[in-house]
Amino acid sequence: MPSHLHTHDISCQELLASIGDYVEGDLAPELCREIERHLAECEHCRVVVDTLNKTITLYHASAHEIILPDDVRGRLYYVLKLDDLRPKRP
Amino acid sequence: MINEAEPPLSLQALQAGDRAEFARLVEVYSTPIYRLALKMLAREQDAEDVLQNTFLKALQHIREFEGRSSLSTWLYRIAANEALMLLRRKRPEVSIDEEASEAEESLPLPEQFTDWCCLPEQEFATTEARRQLDQAIQKLPEKLRVVFLLRDIEGLSIKETGEVLNLTETAVKTRLLRARLALREHLAAYFSERLLSET
Ligand SMILES: [Zn+2]
Repeated sequence: MPSHLHTHDISCQELLASIGDYVEGDLAPELCREIERHLAECEHCRVVVDTLNKTITLYHASAHEIILPDDVRGRLYYVLKLDDLRPKRP
Repeated sequence: MINEAEPPLSLQALQAGDRAEFARLVEVYSTPIYRLALKMLAREQDAEDVLQNTFLKALQHIREFEGRSSLSTWLYRIAANEALMLLRRKRPEVSIDEEASEAEESLPLPEQFTDWCCLPEQEFATTEARRQLDQAIQKLPEKLRVVFLLRDIEGLSIKETGEVLNLTETAVKTRLLRARLALREHLAAYFSERLLSET
């Protein structure tokens, strides 16, 4: 029933269903505008979208914190019998 | 999340048994594979087991690799399977529950409506904040967790994530959204508290 999108505003529930594509920037421009109109008027949904984006950003940033510990790396090269080819870390 | 090898890895050399080329493969992919395993399993020893098994299997099966997906997708697939197998061996009862909760179910409604985005940046960098991020991942059902990690931590596309896990793009999107919303609820509960203590 996509036709009702043109005549009525989308509900909070409908917004939630499209939120994934919205934060990925994957939505048709028309639906995108509907969502932005809803967000301008609905504080709850605005907060959900903003904090959802913030959540994703925090996790993206956290990805760089893990590096392979030296001892784990050493044992990996050892079990693969590639010890002689293990590059020195800077 | 992967710094591609320079010059690019040669599949031909890898399949011919070139040890130096395999060492380059290990150098490029060992950190991403370890990170995926660690975030999936939350135990260093388990993550190391998955790491070693992934590269041992890669070494064993590289000749069968047909190049239909990229090398990284292929490695992530081995690693994700190893991690999921290890989880199921440890807690076989969990996966049964999860089979029930699939796409047909409606999305859980958001419950937290506090805007904590405006917290000072240092609030997001504390040891406790990081612990909360990790804890939230561990609370996700494993099927959602692995999708989230591949897409949002490892930076794979929706399509690549689907290739790794043998899922349609629609299934990846649904699981990703569920995961992200669940993580948001968990973080909102914590950061709203922080917001209260700020003011
Ligand atoms: Zn709303």
